[in-house]
Amino acid sequence: MATLESSAVPLHAHHDDLSFIRKYIFATDHKIIGLQFLFATLIFLLIGGVMALMIRWQLGFPGEAMPGVGVINPKFYNALVTMHGTFMIFFAIMPLLVGTFGNFLIPLKIGAPDMAFPRLNMMSFWLFVVSGIVMTASLFVEGGAAGAGWTVYAPLSAVPQYTGVSLGQQLWIISIVFFGGSSLLGSVNYITTVINMRAPGMTLFRMPLSIWGLFVTAIIALLAVPILAAAIIMLLFDQTIGTTFFLPAGGGQPLLWQHLFWFFGHPEVYILILPAMGIVSDIIANGSRKPVFGYHSMVLAIIAIAFLGWIVWGHHMFQSGMNPLLGTSFMISTMAIAIPSAIKVFNWLGTMWRGNLWFHTPMLWAVGFVSLFTVGGLSGIFMASNSVDVFIHDTYFIVAHIHYVLFGGSLFAIFAALYFWFPKMFGRCMNENWGRIHFALTFTFYNLTFFPMHLLGMGGHMRRIYDPTAYEFLQPLQPMNKFITVSAFLLFMAQIPFVINFFWSLFAGEKAELNRWRDNGLEWTVPSPAPHGNFTVTPTVYRGPYEFSSPEVEEDFLPQDVPPDGGRERAPETVGR
Amino acid sequence: MKEAIAMPGGVHAEPGMRIYNQKLGMWVFLASEVMFFTGLIGAYIILRFGAGDWALPGIPLEEGGTPLAINLTAFNTFMLICSSVTMVKAFAAIEHGDQRGLRLFLLGTVVLGAAFVGIQIFEYIKLTHEGFLPACSAELAEIVPNCGLFGSTFYVMTGFHGAHVSIGVFCMIWVTVKAFRGAYTKENHGGVEVIGLYWHFVDLVWILLFTIVYLI
Repeated sequence: MATLESSAVPLHAHHDDLSFIRKYIFATDHKIIGLQFLFATLIFLLIGGVMALMIRWQLGFPGEAMPGVGVINPKFYNALVTMHGTFMIFFAIMPLLVGTFGNFLIPLKIGAPDMAFPRLNMMSFWLFVVSGIVMTASLFVEGGAAGAGWTVYAPLSAVPQYTGVSLGQQLWIISIVFFGGSSLLGSVNYITTVINMRAPGMTLFRMPLSIWGLFVTAIIALLAVPILAAAIIMLLFDQTIGTTFFLPAGGGQPLLWQHLFWFFGHPEVYILILPAMGIVSDIIANGSRKPVFGYHSMVLAIIAIAFLGWIVWGHHMFQSGMNPLLGTSFMISTMAIAIPSAIKVFNWLGTMWRGNLWFHTPMLWAVGFVSLFTVGGLSGIFMASNSVDVFIHDTYFIVAHIHYVLFGGSLFAIFAALYFWFPKMFGRCMNENWGRIHFALTFTFYNLTFFPMHLLGMGGHMRRIYDPTAYEFLQPLQPMNKFITVSAFLLFMAQIPFVINFFWSLFAGEKAELNRWRDNGLEWTVPSPAPHGNFTVTPTVYRGPYEFSSPEVEEDFLPQDVPPDGGRERAPETVGR
Repeated sequence: MKEAIAMPGGVHAEPGMRIYNQKLGMWVFLASEVMFFTGLIGAYIILRFGAGDWALPGIPLEEGGTPLAINLTAFNTFMLICSSVTMVKAFAAIEHGDQRGLRLFLLGTVVLGAAFVGIQIFEYIKLTHEGFLPACSAELAEIVPNCGLFGSTFYVMTGFHGAHVSIGVFCMIWVTVKAFRGAYTKENHGGVEVIGLYWHFVDLVWILLFTIVYLI
């Protein structure tokens, strides 16, 4: 340890005398932009979470006044369902993974001084802010926020009379167009950076899996988001200037909307999970003190999932009316995704197998991710079968499934990543004990909230209904609805330790050492927090990122930039970095 | 292991592609543009063949022919193709360090591009005066089959293409001004190459659009 972490930490690589505004507001430093994304998205995560509680209140106690909110009317309920999905997918999970960790980690982990296009990076963030403001504003306009679901199925979304929402739906579209611009700039930046800006020796197959996940995700986002942009612009014209793309009355085709939306929407699912998988791979290797089991197969699995993600969109439309032959081909391609996904799960288990396990907080979340993602993956196979899907389509089974992969999957990975890289972001550590408590409470109430939803779904509980007690066959399930609601409120309260821990650690946490988790990545060779420009000397990479417990060295880790000959005795100018 | 390549800004990236960042970034951006137009064109194909009856070229308007002025647009297409030629000539000129050639051909590209946009605007004005709008006039709706869909797809596809050309013209003006100030040299003319990539892409999309919207 002592040899690797000399106390002679050099001062900032570049002394920049940027004004506060240039440094923290209109920043071009990828790390600051990452943190900007972090704080913005945590606010959206909170908004989305509060909306979830309102939905749960209405389902658990239909028609009763929610404390502090009042009675939730049907139109507002539609808006809640729509905006909960929108905020969580577009403004929380995706920008947390891609915006926050993509920005923060890519240059640091590949040994680059910054992104390829720092100013585009800044524009990407501010477009995201504009998009978020427009979306939030749509909650308060006349007629209320969009109410056609986050999938904005036409013609429901295209004709204002159908939902009673006009301006809200248009603002939704405009916001997502801005969001698409932000995502596009980010993707161009990430792809160029990863291809062109890697440090000497950082070959593609020496990149950490988190970077592989983010890189492949950037490619998917680059190609998928423009399809959504094209579709929602057509939808906007249907609403405003009298075109009839999706309106059967004018010769348009509602199914065309579904095809366009899901051609974007299914790759979007992998945008939300691939970076999480990569991050979890990094953390599990670190917590197991072992190299990732089957590194190359992990990379190929990411690529395979990304490819297969393009040819499965029809499985969202089994019940929309589809040629059964076509449905079967979509079923087979969907089930094929189970293969690369299973490769990943088994490799995570293989990594942990006989490892020298170190259950630090990030590791707990990462292991939580593996277990919950597995549940979500298995329930996905049920719905991929188009005969089974007849019964569970658009029921609470799908709600359970998506939350197992998006909350139990992506969000658990985000918490893992936050606890893991917090020391590098802010130079202080988060409290481990409170982190463990946060994990234990979240894991428990998470399962109590979402597991019973499978049972509700099998009981036929529809996905977006306002009042379950209005249906006789759902009345026996109402106690379970109440139970879920109580669990959901407890799940929300379980986040309080996290919020307190986060802000307390920001100002008063234990000062972070250089390499908090004894990890191999290049980001742990720079000071915490890292200075503008990242590296004093461009690092040279000699090996992959997972050389834990190597017999070549005394410590149980071997950083990527330590030269092979002479082991820990590095070139003088790099000592202490 | 490949040897280090000097990147603009003094960054050495060893295992990267031998393309500078701006050029690589433009290629990546164009990939997303391909997907955007794929969305629009794909929707057009599905709507057109789902609708059955469609206004075809070569027959009079009264018998279900296309309301579009094909000859005018054919001339416009020719101009846009010419602008790609001048773009190539401009790039070839600066590769040999020929400043005068660069300025001349960039100027030519700007003029041709702006003329294309101008003719397209003229076409739009003429069509809307005839009642051919995204939502068709009642008159036209009687003679043009699926007039509303025809109008919707026509305006969205050509409109977004026109917007791309317009943005291209503004960027081209900027590059031309820089060229007149002598910003590009034989060794350093990345800006000309990058805007050229965009310009050829927009040209290529138009050849596709002209074929499927006007000719077949």
